Amino acid sequence: MIDSFYTGSDHFSIVPALMMALFGCAILLFDFLVFPDPRQRKWLLIFVAFAEGFTGFGLIRQQNWIAGNGGVLEGFHGAITVDNFSIFFNWIFLVAALIVAVVSYKYLENAGEHHGEYYSLILFAQCGMYFLATGTDLVTLFVGLELMALSFYVMVGFLRSEKRSNEAALKYLLLGAFSSGFLVYGFSVLYGIAGSTNLKTIVGIVASRPAWDPVVYLALITTSVGLLFKIAAAPFHMWAPDAYEGAPTTVTAYLSVASKAASFAFLLRLFWGQLAPFAAVRDVWAPIFAAIAVLTMTVGNLAAINQSNVKRLLAYSSISHAGYMLLGLVAGNERGITGIAVYIMVYTFMNLGAFLVLVALRRQKIIGDEMDDISGLMKKSPGYAVLMLIFLISLAGIPPTAGFLGKYYIFLSLIEARQYTLAVIATLYAAIAIYYYFRIVKSMFVSEMREKEPMATSFGMRLALTVSGVMTLVIGIYPEPFLQLAKSSLLR
Amino acid sequence: MDQHLLSIVLLTPLAGLLILLFLPSKSKNLIRVWANLAALAGFLVSLPLVSRFQNGVPGFQFEERFDWIPTLGAHYHLGIDGISLLLVMLTTLMGVIAMLCSWSGIQDRVKEYYAMFLLLQTGMIGVFISLDFFLFYVFWELVLVPMYFIIGVWGGPRKLYAAIKFFLYTLAGSVLMLLGILTLYFQHFQQFGFYTFEISELMKTTNMSLSMQEWVFWAFFIGFAIKVPMFPFHTWLPDAHVEAPTAGSVILAAVLLKMGTYGFLRFSLPLLPRASADQTIVRILAILSIVGIIYGALVCLMQKDWKKLVAYSSVSHLGFCTLGIFSMNPNGIAGSVLQQVNHGISTGMLFMVIGVIYERRHTREISEYGGLAHVMPKFAIVFMIAMLSSAGLPLLNGFVGEFTILQGAFEANRTWAAFAVSGVILGAAYLLWLYQRTMLGQVTNGKNLTIPDMNFREVAMFLPLIAWAVWIGVYPKPFFDVLRQPVTEIVERVHPGYFNGSQTQPALARNAAAPLTASPTRAASSAASATRDASSAAPLTASPTRDDRTATPRPALARNTAAPLAAQAGGAR
Repeated sequence: MIDSFYTGSDHFSIVPALMMALFGCAILLFDFLVFPDPRQRKWLLIFVAFAEGFTGFGLIRQQNWIAGNGGVLEGFHGAITVDNFSIFFNWIFLVAALIVAVVSYKYLENAGEHHGEYYSLILFAQCGMYFLATGTDLVTLFVGLELMALSFYVMVGFLRSEKRSNEAALKYLLLGAFSSGFLVYGFSVLYGIAGSTNLKTIVGIVASRPAWDPVVYLALITTSVGLLFKIAAAPFHMWAPDAYEGAPTTVTAYLSVASKAASFAFLLRLFWGQLAPFAAVRDVWAPIFAAIAVLTMTVGNLAAINQSNVKRLLAYSSISHAGYMLLGLVAGNERGITGIAVYIMVYTFMNLGAFLVLVALRRQKIIGDEMDDISGLMKKSPGYAVLMLIFLISLAGIPPTAGFLGKYYIFLSLIEARQYTLAVIATLYAAIAIYYYFRIVKSMFVSEMREKEPMATSFGMRLALTVSGVMTLVIGIYPEPFLQLAKSSLLR
Repeated sequence: MDQHLLSIVLLTPLAGLLILLFLPSKSKNLIRVWANLAALAGFLVSLPLVSRFQNGVPGFQFEERFDWIPTLGAHYHLGIDGISLLLVMLTTLMGVIAMLCSWSGIQDRVKEYYAMFLLLQTGMIGVFISLDFFLFYVFWELVLVPMYFIIGVWGGPRKLYAAIKFFLYTLAGSVLMLLGILTLYFQHFQQFGFYTFEISELMKTTNMSLSMQEWVFWAFFIGFAIKVPMFPFHTWLPDAHVEAPTAGSVILAAVLLKMGTYGFLRFSLPLLPRASADQTIVRILAILSIVGIIYGALVCLMQKDWKKLVAYSSVSHLGFCTLGIFSMNPNGIAGSVLQQVNHGISTGMLFMVIGVIYERRHTREISEYGGLAHVMPKFAIVFMIAMLSSAGLPLLNGFVGEFTILQGAFEANRTWAAFAVSGVILGAAYLLWLYQRTMLGQVTNGKNLTIPDMNFREVAMFLPLIAWAVWIGVYPKPFFDVLRQPVTEIVERVHPGYFNGSQTQPALARNAAAPLTASPTRAASSAASATRDASSAAPLTASPTRDDRTATPRPALARNTAAPLAAQAGGAR
């Protein structure tokens, strides 16, 4: 009896998450006991490194197991499913968490809020993301989502003395809780239909329901609202610019990349593939999602044009990127889903990179996220300026940078699905996006320098920026292995 | 060596750029010398292309092919034919000259400037030698970023506006073009079951309906026409030209615009032959070209700004190039390619002339000048040659190109030719008037009395272009020889059976009547090729040929109305 309750494969399927949770708790303890002096707290990064090391090791073990045994690794009676899909996303979370962690200490020191629990929050959030990518049970998914969201609520408000940060956290919390309510309502309806929280069971029952079943629609609509909120798709994007702007920039980077990736993993679990309850009613939601994607791109791109705050501008740009990724789901073919995977992968590096440059602009006395703060960057620190240029070009989707490949896949999937109108709209917005990305470029390369205070650089910052910059270029110039990786993530 | 020649040509500027990055940005002269050497090296390594190029060999030469992204079916595939050969040589030569003419004009951020130029050079060469659509697109877009910086950082007072306008316009065009490419790519997959971006493979796609070909054609059209720029899409050009630094304008006019016309020749026509031969489309494009020719010329007459005048003259001259392309006959297309080179030479020179005078007086208002010939005799001579070459004086390059294009247009449609000729006249008018207002008469403005004449460097940068202009003007045969094979292939693709069968007789008759034309060598050679084609095709189409020979030679007009019909019939098969 006890065997079937807890098996070896159960353990194996959540090892990475256990590692994150364990080390997260360890950081809380050690911070309290060993590092009373804030300047020593960067040594907590060792814990993060170990946590990510073990997580990565666990992921590799899982990968090998799946490659050897084929199929998927299920744990906890189908509540956890480890497959190539989840492993791919978990690598992305890992990279994002690691990069964000190593650049944070300097930023937090400058902001005067360097506390140990920051690192454990990063790990806890990642732990939540793990369950978003692997969960195949409504309860697991919901718990994962809330674990991630709660960690982020705290992290967004981490600059306790800054009004903006508090406001952002409160806004994010209220709207986030509201959307979670919607989501959980949808889940309850699904449970009501199926009598089970397991996706496998739900899929069968939903598919057997009659067409035009209002209960399924109710579940679909409420769940979609909750999910679209999480990926910050219009018209549920209101929280994003404020939360992104107010949060510490490192957290913004993490939020915009990892949280978005996790939400997309979640979205794909529910809307695409064999385990997706809503795949059966694709005809209903595809046109709605198409409209939402277009609206998202419109709002993101048009609102970004006039921003004078770079962080806010990038927030809107990340909204528009969510619109592009959503188009991959609208196209609905395999290429579209591969496209989402590729897009998220390249987006991780380019968007993290762009935010990292903003992180380095935060000096002791200078907040550093206005357009004026970045002006003349080419004179001040050419390295940062050139890297930022690469990230912006990539965000704009111009070859030979990685961002082009993401857009390429999305466009191709739309062409394949014969959605020509959507394709044209998407491409035209890609051209519009140039305008605001190049406002930043103009500011960096043409405008005069406003102040001479050097960039807040550190070893971690240089390392992280180099990695993001090199990856953005390498994926753009030699994408083959990365495309293979993204493609393999769909093999379930 | 031979099999990597194109890679070497492509990567030389890039290698120069990489070393340039390690030079100290304080030592400006070192950077200048190095950049000039890199550009010169780029030109020198491209010279073997000329000597080893074999005329009359079908397909592409110096081909290189490696898998690049197998998942997408993208290859690193390079190769050139006669058309790309001329444009590559133009690019590498203009690269040297543009570097040379920035020597004293650019004083701040010298290192970044030359870095951008070398990057631009790589992108432009890449565009002309890629045989894979994905690779082509990468280079096509790669060009935008350095050009944005060249205009936006080192440009005139409204540089930022001009730079972003240039960027937005061309990017909007090229992303729509990308959709066309993807449609084609996907159609090819549906027919053959594998994905590839290779042009030779995509050309095999036959499963596209005419309407789909037309959609793709328009998608390509937007991308290329904005780049050319053709008439309604030209508004970015005057801004970009006026605001760009001299070398930027030179490269923009001489090479960058040719990417559009090259795109039509390399992609639109061969990949979408049925849409390209469609009467409606051809008519629309020819009319747009003619409107561009006349409108550009008329606007030139109105200009008070020297540089803007030359910028609009580009619109007019490129109208000739596109008109030649859409005449869809050997004369039109060969003339168009030659005119693209000519425009690069003569407009490049005109922009350099402006650069020389602008560095001295810092104004481009035509009314500020007058009687400069007295003060600057060397300058007056150079400007005169540039002006006459642009205006199409016989024995200089412009004449040969324009004449051949008009010949082609005349064969296609007499009305087009009649309207286009007015562009030649207007062209002579605005250029001569410009010369008169700036150079002739008495010096009216006291500031002009003390302008120094051109120095050795400035003369040196004009000399190769003048030499090339005279060469083309006096002895264009080598150029037409290089172009014959690729042009034949394009025409054959768009109008199958153009060179044989029932078409032989009138073509011969036309060419026999050609000795009064400017390029007798060309006429003779094309007649020879026509005969060769006819003899090879004779066994296949014996009876119609014989019938046609007994019949009275039909006038050219009749043949040309018949040709598209034949093409359509061929497409329907």
